[in-house]
Amino acid sequence: MSDTTRTESPADEPDVDAATGQVVSFELAQHHKWYRRPDVVIPVVLVFLGLTLLAVADTPSARFGSEFTPSGDVSFSWSYFFHLVPQMLQGLFVTARATVLGFLIAASLGLVLALLRRSESRWVSYPAVALIEFVRSTPILVQMFFAQVLVRATPAVSLNALVILFIVVGIHYATYASEAYRAGINSVPKGQWEAATALNLDPLTKWTRIIIPQAVPNVLPTLGNYLVAAFKDVPIGDAVLSTGGVLFMASTIRNVDFRPVEPYLLIGVGFLLVSLPAAWLVRRLEERIAYERD
Amino acid sequence: MEDWLLSPGQYGSLMVGARATVQLLAQAFVLGVVLSLIVGVGRLSTRRWVRGISFAFVEFARGISSIILLFILVIAIPILLGEVFPWLRGQPVIVMASIALGINMGGYGAEIIRGSILSIPKGQTEATIALNLNPTQRLRYVVLPQAMRIILPPMGNLTIEILKGTALVSVAGGFDLMRATSNLEASMLAGGVIGVTVLFVNVLAIYFVMAQVINGLFRLGERALDKRFQQREGRAALPITTTPSAGG
Repeated sequence: MSDTTRTESPADEPDVDAATGQVVSFELAQHHKWYRRPDVVIPVVLVFLGLTLLAVADTPSARFGSEFTPSGDVSFSWSYFFHLVPQMLQGLFVTARATVLGFLIAASLGLVLALLRRSESRWVSYPAVALIEFVRSTPILVQMFFAQVLVRATPAVSLNALVILFIVVGIHYATYASEAYRAGINSVPKGQWEAATALNLDPLTKWTRIIIPQAVPNVLPTLGNYLVAAFKDVPIGDAVLSTGGVLFMASTIRNVDFRPVEPYLLIGVGFLLVSLPAAWLVRRLEERIAYERD
Repeated sequence: MEDWLLSPGQYGSLMVGARATVQLLAQAFVLGVVLSLIVGVGRLSTRRWVRGISFAFVEFARGISSIILLFILVIAIPILLGEVFPWLRGQPVIVMASIALGINMGGYGAEIIRGSILSIPKGQTEATIALNLNPTQRLRYVVLPQAMRIILPPMGNLTIEILKGTALVSVAGGFDLMRATSNLEASMLAGGVIGVTVLFVNVLAIYFVMAQVINGLFRLGERALDKRFQQREGRAALPITTTPSAGG
């Protein structure tokens, strides 16, 4: 993305205070691109770094069990609750990682689907629309069962449960992401398309230099929302495919100790502690980009 | 073509499951709409504590994974609160599942309703104040009827999301279309894995058709609403006559 900026005249460059990273020249700041602003780029880079670390880290074992179980009565036990926290974090890590890897598939496949849908040939665009509509309106749970059966039915393919989970989450959210990309591409003003045609730019330059850089800021918040939504759907994989995420952890503990209250409440709390800040960050991003657009 | 179909008996048992799914969806929908209205209006309340509670509810319902909420309500809550509220024990899974899905829908629906109320021009509210309508009348006769046109399309999408959510009930021990499918799958496994693939293709198709029916119903609703607004143009829209008019 960064070398697309070099072709433009230096007058476009907003003056940036080296110490604070603040944009100081105001009248020029109105023309900046989102990827040239440190206050937008730094969080995006940090988020990507975090996600990459999450993606390449080791898989923890999916064995769960507790060292002690409080005596038989049903009243809530705080010590047992806190005893389960490390295992919950381990499950949460697996869930978060599956979300990130699945969403990487979704974000790239979604763009492909959006472009296929825009194709002028009906033989390309109609199947794309059919696929998007079908996947979007059927439950991801059933899709997971279906993928599992499909893998079992084709002897040539053997995938482990986590890979099936990535693929199903990836395809499911690719259809959502494709709608977001479509809206983003449609939001690029008509004059930009006409100007690209008038300048006789080839399709590759038109898309990579004109359309996509302007469409991406509109798409980012929506994609962020879908990332949070995907995070909420990944625990379904624990129930269907026995991937070692939070819900799998709680169900295992329940089967071992016959005490369901603490593990389920604990994963609820742990889940909120991740998804609420994530949703808040997405909202900040949304506000920031909306502010820039005005 | 026949390779892709199941036997009539199998379709019969899938239909029993589909009916259970529709019933579950209907219960969750009713609870969801009621919660959306209460919380959506509550988020715009002038009282701070009402706004705070509504905000907390929305954040909770939208932040938690629906399958985790389902397990908490179906398994943890009856044990945890069973001592205090004995009626919670022995509730069928379907009831608790409807509540879980309803809470989920309420969180998203409240934001739809809040957004639609905010999008009604301020002059409308000012006019109701000038006409001395009380807040309930203001919502019932002025704001919500106009907001309906904005509410319906996202509400339709949300209902489809909840339809997709009903499939989760099967893993928490409830009976629905997905549970009927799993039962069939167990009986079909002897016949080879190809038959099971066909079964799942059919089930996905049934969910797709149900989603399209919901979509169509909401489209019909939008059209009916547009017609009503067109007919009312130039006439008095408010059926409120608290004082007899002077002209008779």
